[in-house]
Amino acid sequence: MDLFDFTDGREGYYGEYGGTFLPEILHSTIEELKAEFRKAKDDPTFWQEFIELMQSYSGRPTPVTHLANLSRKLGGAQIYIKREDLNHTGSHKINNVMGQGLLVKRMGKNRVIAETGAGQHGYATATMAARFGFESKIYMGAIDVARQRPNVFWMENMGSTVVAVEDGQQTLKDAINECLRDWVTNMDTTHYVLGTACGPHPFPEMVSWFQSIIGREAREQMISSTGKLPDRVFACVGGGSNAIGLFQGFMDDEETQLVGCEAGGFGPGKGNHAARLAYKDASVGVAQGMKTYFLQNDDGNMLHTHSVAAGLDYIGVNPILVHLWEKDRVRFEAVTDAQVTEALKLAMRTEGVIPALESSHGFAQAVLEAEQMSKDEIVLINMSGRGDKDIFTIADALDDDHWKKFIRQKAEEYGQ
Amino acid sequence: MANSELNNYISDRKASLPSRGRPAMVMTHVVCGYPSFEDNWKELQVMHEFGVDLVELQFPFSEPSADGPLFVKANQEAISKGVSVDDCFNFMKKVTEAFSFKVVMMGYFNTIFKTGQRTFLERLKEAGGHGFIVPDLPIEEARILHEIAAELELSPIVLMTPTNSDERLAELALAADGFVYTVARKGVTGTNTDMNSDLAEFIDRCKAKTDVPLAVGFGITTAEDVAFIGKHADIAVIGTAALKAWETGGETSLRGFFTQLLN
Repeated sequence: MDLFDFTDGREGYYGEYGGTFLPEILHSTIEELKAEFRKAKDDPTFWQEFIELMQSYSGRPTPVTHLANLSRKLGGAQIYIKREDLNHTGSHKINNVMGQGLLVKRMGKNRVIAETGAGQHGYATATMAARFGFESKIYMGAIDVARQRPNVFWMENMGSTVVAVEDGQQTLKDAINECLRDWVTNMDTTHYVLGTACGPHPFPEMVSWFQSIIGREAREQMISSTGKLPDRVFACVGGGSNAIGLFQGFMDDEETQLVGCEAGGFGPGKGNHAARLAYKDASVGVAQGMKTYFLQNDDGNMLHTHSVAAGLDYIGVNPILVHLWEKDRVRFEAVTDAQVTEALKLAMRTEGVIPALESSHGFAQAVLEAEQMSKDEIVLINMSGRGDKDIFTIADALDDDHWKKFIRQKAEEYGQ
Repeated sequence: MANSELNNYISDRKASLPSRGRPAMVMTHVVCGYPSFEDNWKELQVMHEFGVDLVELQFPFSEPSADGPLFVKANQEAISKGVSVDDCFNFMKKVTEAFSFKVVMMGYFNTIFKTGQRTFLERLKEAGGHGFIVPDLPIEEARILHEIAAELELSPIVLMTPTNSDERLAELALAADGFVYTVARKGVTGTNTDMNSDLAEFIDRCKAKTDVPLAVGFGITTAEDVAFIGKHADIAVIGTAALKAWETGGETSLRGFFTQLLN
């Protein structure tokens, strides 16, 4: 199935979802981007250039790893993980960012802006900007700046200006609004490097295309190491870019179940979580450039969201995934903060891998299901990012006394 | 069907400009429920005193991505105080019954979409509103809304911007009714705009594509700005500057602001 064949429908729409809802002032900018993207997508040398860049700069292809200990311990399906954590900057975000960097070069722009939640996308964008020689500004909710200082540190040291956004809930959605405000002012020189497969067309398609590198590699790797396709594939879903990236590799393999894992936070109930599809608290709306499911009230104002993982703490969701959910191609589940923390501990103890809190959502759901499956079945989890960069947040989530003591000592040291 | 009541009103108001000693018509902006509906009412009384021709009532939205800092704050505070779509329509009805200026709704598409496009426009009509300005709804996505608007004789206020090609301006003109909101510059609401030859040239490009009167918005603060707009277009849009005046010193400051702007 070609998700991006719009000949029978409207360009940029996936079923009812997607579209381009932007101020008129950006009309010509988005048209230019669409045209440039279309040219790049139709040009095989562009994809080749992208692959070579990702090989030499980011260490692709990333491997898949069999978690033999964990599989044995659970006594069910064989668990494999796709190691996006081994990318430069520690997550799958770099795939999209380097791809967009190549497009920016083609468009002749010299400044990039980006929103970031967990900081991974901002970090990747700062890296790309340094590498390509672009000026860069990263917008980040003030709350996220406070909880992700290590990423802010790296962004600033790579030469980016990081702006703490004080509006609204001071998280990812507010950073996106601020990017749009920058973009309507500076579109002549500036490209908005949207970090997830959300926002106005062509972003969902474009980000999905760059992230499809994950699924293309993973399918081949799974076949060569296990001799068959995985029975179920799990990925966490915030905006949805790592999930759509991996899922695309298995879209036509109807026997392979695709499972999107959302942030269940404290559990069901408005304001407690960021699960748009797995729980029943979201409804269809139009915001941040697209039509999709949003966590919103009856007046269409957005609700507070919560997740232990900043990268999943978002009101909306990739319109392509909504369409696939309605067609029963992708199943959605939510896992709570507590389940996520347990899954993370289990991964560290049994396998010595440290999934990011975001990716740990995929682990948590996969562990739950793998236990019930047979030993000759196979599951694949997208380890979309590594957790060691989240040391402050994870130490909090694990309530680690030794860490707290260290921080107190460090604070005293700086206090002197 | 075009909204003949609004169109006739605007052409009458335009014709009476010389006798009123005004270089241009004036449209002002109020964010519903910010700082409060009582304050809104007092602002509107002052605006009425100064013979304002049109008023935009903004329905607050949690993601006002086309607005500058002052209106962002206004939207957020209104929402956090619990201002609802119902409250906004109730207020609009009171306003349109009490004042002679014409009122249009300004807001973001999700407010309309979530209410239901037909329901929203029926309620707008019922509340005495004459049109709507929705900055995040491009014409390609507005087909259904515009069809319902035509049926109810409400005006979809189209935005034209300096980045639009002549071709695009012509497309936009096809959807225009009531007046066109021309955006004087790139960026968001609330920062100053140079009233210069670039702007005049842009307005002329718009005028070449449509006979619908042109409002010019973004950054209008002085009598000179209004005079400039009178020379090139029809309606000066006063947004952030009036709210700033109100925040500085309530009715006294707002009167002072309009005095320097219009008298």
